[in-house]
Amino acid sequence: MKTPTPIVTRINGPIVTADGMGGAQMYEVVQVGELGLVGEVIRLVGERATIQVYEDTTMLKPGAAVRGTGAPLSVWLGPGLVGNIYDGIQRPLPVIQARSGAWIRRGEKVDPLDTTKRWAFEPLLATGAAVQPGQALGQVQETPLVRHKIMLPPDVAGTLHSIVAPGEYTLLDVLAVVETAAGPREVTMLQRWPVRQPRPIRERLRIAGPLITGQRIIDTLFPLGKGGAAAIAGGFGTGKTITQHQLAKWSDAEIILFIGCGERGNEMTEVLREFPELKDPHSGRPLMERTILIANTSNMPVAAREVSIYTGITLAEYYRDQGFHVAVFADSTSRWAETLRELAARLEEMPAEEGFPATLPTRLAQFYERGGAVTTLAGERASVSIVGAVSPPGGDFSEPVTQHTRRFIRCFWALDTELANARHYPSIHWLHSYSEYTEDVGAWWAQQAPDWSGLRTEVITLLQREDRLQQIVRLVGPDVLPEAQRLILFVAEIVKDGFLAQSAFDEKDAYCAPARQVALLRMILMLYRRGRDLIEAGVPLARIRALACVPHLLRAKAAFGNDELAGLAELEGRLQAELAALAQEAPPP
Amino acid sequence: MNFQVEDRGLQYTGAARIEGSLVFVERVRDVGYDELVEICDPAGHRRLGRVLDISDMHAVVQVLEGTTGLASGTLRARFLGESFRLPVSRDMLGRVFDGLGRPLDGGPPPLSGDRRDVNGLPINPVARRYPREFIQTGLSAIDGMNALVRGQKLPIFSGNGLPHDRVSAQIVRQARLLEEQVEFSMVFAGLGVKHDVAQYFIRNFEDSGARARVALFLSLADAPSVERLLTPRVALTVAEHLAFDCGQHVLVLITDMTNYCESLREVGTARGEIPGRKGYPGYLYSDLASLYERAGRIEGSPGSITQVAILTMPSDDISHPVPDLTGYITEGQIVLDRDLFQRGVYPPIAGLPSLSRLMKDGVGPGYTRDDHAPLASQLFACYAYVKRVRALAVVIGEEELSALDKLYLKFGEAFEQRFLNQGEYENRPVATTLDLGWDALALLPRDELHRVSAALLAQHYRQAHG
Repeated sequence: MKTPTPIVTRINGPIVTADGMGGAQMYEVVQVGELGLVGEVIRLVGERATIQVYEDTTMLKPGAAVRGTGAPLSVWLGPGLVGNIYDGIQRPLPVIQARSGAWIRRGEKVDPLDTTKRWAFEPLLATGAAVQPGQALGQVQETPLVRHKIMLPPDVAGTLHSIVAPGEYTLLDVLAVVETAAGPREVTMLQRWPVRQPRPIRERLRIAGPLITGQRIIDTLFPLGKGGAAAIAGGFGTGKTITQHQLAKWSDAEIILFIGCGERGNEMTEVLREFPELKDPHSGRPLMERTILIANTSNMPVAAREVSIYTGITLAEYYRDQGFHVAVFADSTSRWAETLRELAARLEEMPAEEGFPATLPTRLAQFYERGGAVTTLAGERASVSIVGAVSPPGGDFSEPVTQHTRRFIRCFWALDTELANARHYPSIHWLHSYSEYTEDVGAWWAQQAPDWSGLRTEVITLLQREDRLQQIVRLVGPDVLPEAQRLILFVAEIVKDGFLAQSAFDEKDAYCAPARQVALLRMILMLYRRGRDLIEAGVPLARIRALACVPHLLRAKAAFGNDELAGLAELEGRLQAELAALAQEAPPP
Repeated sequence: MNFQVEDRGLQYTGAARIEGSLVFVERVRDVGYDELVEICDPAGHRRLGRVLDISDMHAVVQVLEGTTGLASGTLRARFLGESFRLPVSRDMLGRVFDGLGRPLDGGPPPLSGDRRDVNGLPINPVARRYPREFIQTGLSAIDGMNALVRGQKLPIFSGNGLPHDRVSAQIVRQARLLEEQVEFSMVFAGLGVKHDVAQYFIRNFEDSGARARVALFLSLADAPSVERLLTPRVALTVAEHLAFDCGQHVLVLITDMTNYCESLREVGTARGEIPGRKGYPGYLYSDLASLYERAGRIEGSPGSITQVAILTMPSDDISHPVPDLTGYITEGQIVLDRDLFQRGVYPPIAGLPSLSRLMKDGVGPGYTRDDHAPLASQLFACYAYVKRVRALAVVIGEEELSALDKLYLKFGEAFEQRFLNQGEYENRPVATTLDLGWDALALLPRDELHRVSAALLAQHYRQAHG
């Protein structure tokens, strides 16, 4: 039987309809027209396929040829990913630049990884070994920070028939042959994996331990667990991107995936310029040696933005399978959701809330569920943590993307316009944010600082009381409040300025180690408790305010670095002495 | 004329349907998506259009110059075999063009063999150079608090009746780099603005002697609204040529983006698209991004494109989709404030909601002065507190405020009247701006200034009160 040649019958922006596509599969990658524009089949009705094209379709004509590739959209997995920067469909942007200059032309065909580069491979198994899926055959030092395990693909098990000696090999060289039930299988450094399909694991685990970010309001007040999912939401100008950058820079994950989907070009450039120069506080090596960037900026094709999220999370899963703790930062998931809306509208689908397709919650859930703490196929504990930025229109959190996202995450950092306007950064609002991981990470913190949990509760209560008092102050002014309540206002200001606000551009304060976080908070709350006693004993608040140490307390966060805890202790000692002197003066009760 | 090529493409007579600005032509062959179309009415007048949707059955053509007078039986459509292209050349500076790039000043069309697709191509993020060089605008509210850097896109959010034209004209007159004496070339795109607004800008360019360095593209209020969808693309295509081929520093001024978005909504509605917020199409964000992202610097070229787009917020609502989506794309925003304006402060640039995202990398040591960033942060913090004190004063009366809060009120007054406020022809050097900032802070006690280091306080803080 002669199958008709598939041809384009209609073009409407990135959505192309083609006839004669009887043999096509859902989500198969196709090449459209003379330029071979990359697209993906998203609907099949009889012989007619609807294709979402990842590149600009200008001057594409009905009648143009469509070629199937027989495979769904897949990424290349192997050494060389770390330190690279890709577009939404894993085309390396530096190679594109070398080839065609500053502008991204259509129909660029570039391999995601360099197949000619030789990597020093060190085998970990010997011939004859029984091997399981996901087991490491050997390893490659990908960057000074990343020892890349070369794993068996998830569908290969059997006996190791042969394995190469240590030496330099390319991605395509056969490293080993495995005798499987279905016959011999050759294994190379390169694997491919369809992006829309989660990679297999052995089992999901409970989250145990925080992803330390070095940001006080996050680690101390609203911690994220390793393997957890968080959303950071705020209107424009509230500092979502800078907060995301801070997390990508300082969090203690071993691999960072930063997905810039639908955001500003210059922001990606900033990451590209900055990360190679910044040092990881844990290893002292450049941050780029553990980072992979996916950049599909707002002016790049919309359909590629839709897939960039999946490309990123698949790469993250691949490193998780090697036993790494991976953190994924997606900026912004709202732009991604908007591509779903735009594509659905072009497909003339029935819209649900605010024009978004009815599948929006399912798609969000599928994305966030690809994170988690797991036991890998090889039996190691590893995790993928996800932080998604949400950009609600008009800063209104009741819109569908924010609302549905909140169903699938357990940690919510709400950015506040008023705080941002006063340039209080990070502008995470302490009353509107929450974390359900506090229990999960409690045990870890208890080992670092036994009083962490108590301090945390105390400071949150203090801030809540301050908020209630502020409502009164807004009506009648602060002077009518009793001294004990004005103390709360006073200490809350210190907590906000001296603890919660943290400058991303201050060398000493950009990263705050857990021990320093607790030391700062402990000192401020000590002032509160002792101050309360003093006021009860009749000491006026003005005397406490006027203590010589108070201005130093406000500047302590930037005055003492992570290795200068002694200085903090000394300040605490001085503050205690000053408070004790005040107590001496106190009139007898 | 460049795109009125006579004998190109097939010609079709008659349309199945004409609806708003859309013409549906049936049984076309060999027509591409986004192809340029020439529509001819019975009188022989030609208008340009482009293909929005094409199938083997019919083509949907958007007529850029309106469909008035077209008859479905007699119109003739000629498909020109390429997308909308514009001849670009350095000689376009000093000239006036219509919204589609055709001369309006009676001069000849620019001579150029270089014809560019007006949609442009996305800049590879790897090839971008991060914008860093401080541009001095001579306006304290911008230089001191929301500094503009070369290659930035910084829109002005305004409202009807606010002096955005005067503010942007002043920026254009005064903008320069600190060390180099490089002058900006300018590209001006007027979208749906009135003739007198366009005249105001032209006069301004003439008065400041910049006329020969400006290319104007005018799609004024009486031009067909769909034409506006191409005007900013035409202007930016010329800007890209000047910046990245000729190595010039280009300042692009677009006014008013709200009119552009309105046209986009009009076309979307005519096509029967599913609307998003307030009836604007769901792709408004991507569409705006395809314009705003055409600013910046690229590796290997000395030139740059800095964009200042003006938009009027309907009923001063910053959460309206147009300013909202713009703010998500641009690198900050300058917000004009009606309250300041009514109190006679010029420029009425709102202290708190204005923001320049690139300021952090363009000011400070090596660019302006060491105290620039901490000073700005301190001014923001204090001014935010002033707003709270004022709200409180409304309730309990100024008399009841604490002594400290009264000092803050004084500071707020000084900040608005002496720092923000300045003459329309006053060009303040950045050092003067910073000193004025310290003068205002001097009204507050030293202990209130937590955001500046002790060293900077020692250097700049001169106690004024008490």
